[in-house]
Amino acid sequence: MHPVIKLVAQRLALGLLLLLAASVLIFAGTTMLPGDVAQQILGQGATPTALANLRAELGLNDPPVTRYFNWLGGVLQGDLGTALTNGRDIAESIGGRLKNTMFLAFWAAIISIPLAIFLGLLAVRYKDKWPDKLISAVTLTTISIPEFMIGYILVYWLAIKFRWFPSVAIMNDSMSLLEKLNAIAIPVIVLTLVVLAHMMRMTRAAILNVMQSAYIETAELKGLRMLKIIRTHAFPNAVAPIVNVVMLNMAYLVVGVVVVEVVFAYPGMGQYLVDHVSKRDVPVVQACGLIFAAVYIGLNLIADIVSIVSNPRLRHPK
Amino acid sequence: MTEPLLKVRGLKIGATIYPPGEKSREIEIVHGVDFDLEAGKVLGLIGESGAGKSTIGLAAMAYGRGGVELTGGEVWVNGRDVLKSPLRDKRRLRGAEVTYVSQSAAASFNPAKRIMEQVTEAAISQGKFSKQDAEARAVALFEKLGLPDPETIGTRYPHQVSGGQLQRCMTALALCPEPDLVVFDEPTTALDVTTQIDVLKAIKDAIRDTGVAALYITHDLAVVAQVSDHIMVLQQGSMVEYGTADQIINNPQEEYTQALVSVRSIKHIEKEPTDTPVLKVENVTARYAGTNFDVLKNINVEIHPGQTLAVVGESGSGKSTLARVITGLLPPSEGQITFDDHVLTSGLSTRPKEDLRQLQMIYQMADTAMNPRQTVGTIIGRPLELYFGLKGKEKQKRIQELLDEIELGDGFQDRYPAELSGGQKQRVCIARALAAKPKLIICDEVTSALDPLVADGILKLLLKLQKVEDVAYLFITHDLATVKAIADSIAVMFQGEVVRYGPKSQVLAPPFDDYTDLLLSSVPEMRLGWLEEVIAHRKMESAGN
Repeated sequence: MHPVIKLVAQRLALGLLLLLAASVLIFAGTTMLPGDVAQQILGQGATPTALANLRAELGLNDPPVTRYFNWLGGVLQGDLGTALTNGRDIAESIGGRLKNTMFLAFWAAIISIPLAIFLGLLAVRYKDKWPDKLISAVTLTTISIPEFMIGYILVYWLAIKFRWFPSVAIMNDSMSLLEKLNAIAIPVIVLTLVVLAHMMRMTRAAILNVMQSAYIETAELKGLRMLKIIRTHAFPNAVAPIVNVVMLNMAYLVVGVVVVEVVFAYPGMGQYLVDHVSKRDVPVVQACGLIFAAVYIGLNLIADIVSIVSNPRLRHPK
Repeated sequence: MTEPLLKVRGLKIGATIYPPGEKSREIEIVHGVDFDLEAGKVLGLIGESGAGKSTIGLAAMAYGRGGVELTGGEVWVNGRDVLKSPLRDKRRLRGAEVTYVSQSAAASFNPAKRIMEQVTEAAISQGKFSKQDAEARAVALFEKLGLPDPETIGTRYPHQVSGGQLQRCMTALALCPEPDLVVFDEPTTALDVTTQIDVLKAIKDAIRDTGVAALYITHDLAVVAQVSDHIMVLQQGSMVEYGTADQIINNPQEEYTQALVSVRSIKHIEKEPTDTPVLKVENVTARYAGTNFDVLKNINVEIHPGQTLAVVGESGSGKSTLARVITGLLPPSEGQITFDDHVLTSGLSTRPKEDLRQLQMIYQMADTAMNPRQTVGTIIGRPLELYFGLKGKEKQKRIQELLDEIELGDGFQDRYPAELSGGQKQRVCIARALAAKPKLIICDEVTSALDPLVADGILKLLLKLQKVEDVAYLFITHDLATVKAIADSIAVMFQGEVVRYGPKSQVLAPPFDDYTDLLLSSVPEMRLGWLEEVIAHRKMESAGN
């Protein structure tokens, strides 16, 4: 078998194992939470009989291991259970939310990844000169300011002063793509600013590291232009570390947007999760946790696979 | 008189250095060098490391490596002063008029790109040839340079061809844009001798057939004598002597050149074997975990007290693995090793401290074999504490004795490795090994990273110490000249087997087996025309068979 296929298969298997371990942790963590779901649903005035009945109905009296496997069995069949608070099917509610979160993350990624890599290349080209310093200063500033703060600053200028974009990102299905993009413009900018610095600096560091190699000197002695050397000789050898950071940031775009979603009242996963944590709606929290874990593991898996595939020694064995 | 292709006048090159714990400062590394190179001629630049030869070679491309700056003088290429031209013109010069072949082709090829793309890149981007023409030219060059499958080798990635092949690909890369001048920077130094001879021949033929001029940079006078018309000897950034190859080799004027020519003339008469060997390797077979072939196959050698066994072979022959087995780093799968009067345990962790003390090691890279944060005194003092429990004054006294023995004298105790030269570092490593008062020292390529004159000094020191301390050496090397200088007995290794073994006088005397013959005849000799003779001789032999 081709070594790349073998390695990729190994990584996929490891990813699945990791996801299983994450599901155990999520289940254990939420089970250990203090408080009683039945009590929460029925309120303080519930009679002991009613509480006991509800507990039996929800299966809360079963041993944890049994409950875990029941839950896992359901998840594997696409059944994430029903929300305790409103009795709705979780998979259904999450579906729309996840789509919204992905939509936001997708556009933030589309803008931030090429921009970060381009700025990284530019910083390498003008290393230690003013463009490099300017890029570093600006991106470091934006990553240092809390994202809700950037959010409010942008709302003040872009939404209130100039009235270019709406201050709240409310979407519905009847809107056209352009209208939707207009609605999410400010959150996308905020997210871009937050993830830019990390990716840009990693691109810069990874490429500078490669620039020390003897084959870069060879390229210089061929009389090639610096930007061409960086693009065609250095970048392909710096792909692995860059992809790793890009994927971590993409995972952040999906998983870590809670704050931004709350600031802009955006109907995504983050807000959904926060709502139900405060209501002690354990099945929803478990479902969200599992989805976030899957996104994280999946994206890092992609990074691993890209690293493997980008290595010519593995791709073209002797 | 026509203008020479390359005219260098008063070339001065500076660099910024960052000594540890001090402020960075500017130093001059080349102090005003002049020379001319006519079109189609080959000039050899020779000198030890730090002589400035690579720096001068790169100056012909108006290029300074790292922090190196071309601070003064003129470099004229094809009638233009390239040091003063703007960057755009320098880029047109590089890769079009002047090209470069580096020492390590393995590092100089981009691992992520196919060979053909890299060989033709300069020719295409400089607008010298169309893609199609450049590729046709590359294939022709691959063929001329004797590469296998010239039509398809370009589609491979650098890691898919051998080191010798890649070095030829690098030569093709340099010749592809049809330059006027090629700078060869130690192009065969990293290769095994048997590979070196073929690459050397290929380079020489390619230079002759394409009529290109060349600067040939190397530290090995015997090599440069084979390819050059003229030779310039450099020492610490200044020219020592300039002349035709014939004059430099056969009639050197300066003392320094004479030393270079007569290097490796140490005479060592072998000692008679004693009754009981200090180390006996019997039927040892070994393999690395996770592999399915033996790197060592049924090895039988012995070393006598106070004598030297040289293990010689090319890279991959298993000579370093033998050292790992003896030290216990790699337990053998079969066979046993007897040290003094007892059988050594196969693994390192089960060996008593006394065995560890008796068996010391010196490595090729003295740089990485010492902790850069420890002083020389601490480095040498460590085995004194560990094995003999010496402390305080007693330890200091012993350290100084050892330093005197390795001819370093006072004031070295408090220095850090970074403050020592390459030869001094290796001497400290020798002192550290001696501090344990061992019966046997394994020397793994200890002179390979050193300049010839420095290496000579180390060999002389090792011979002297052997006499004084009565220590035996297992001397691992790929260099037959070193073997002749130091060995009492020799084991020639090839693909994990000892193909020839015995006292030096027997091993180095005919009749030879095929491999030893190939190995011996591949060692460059310090005379003109040697390369042609060897190649002609080999052709005749293969025709005769």
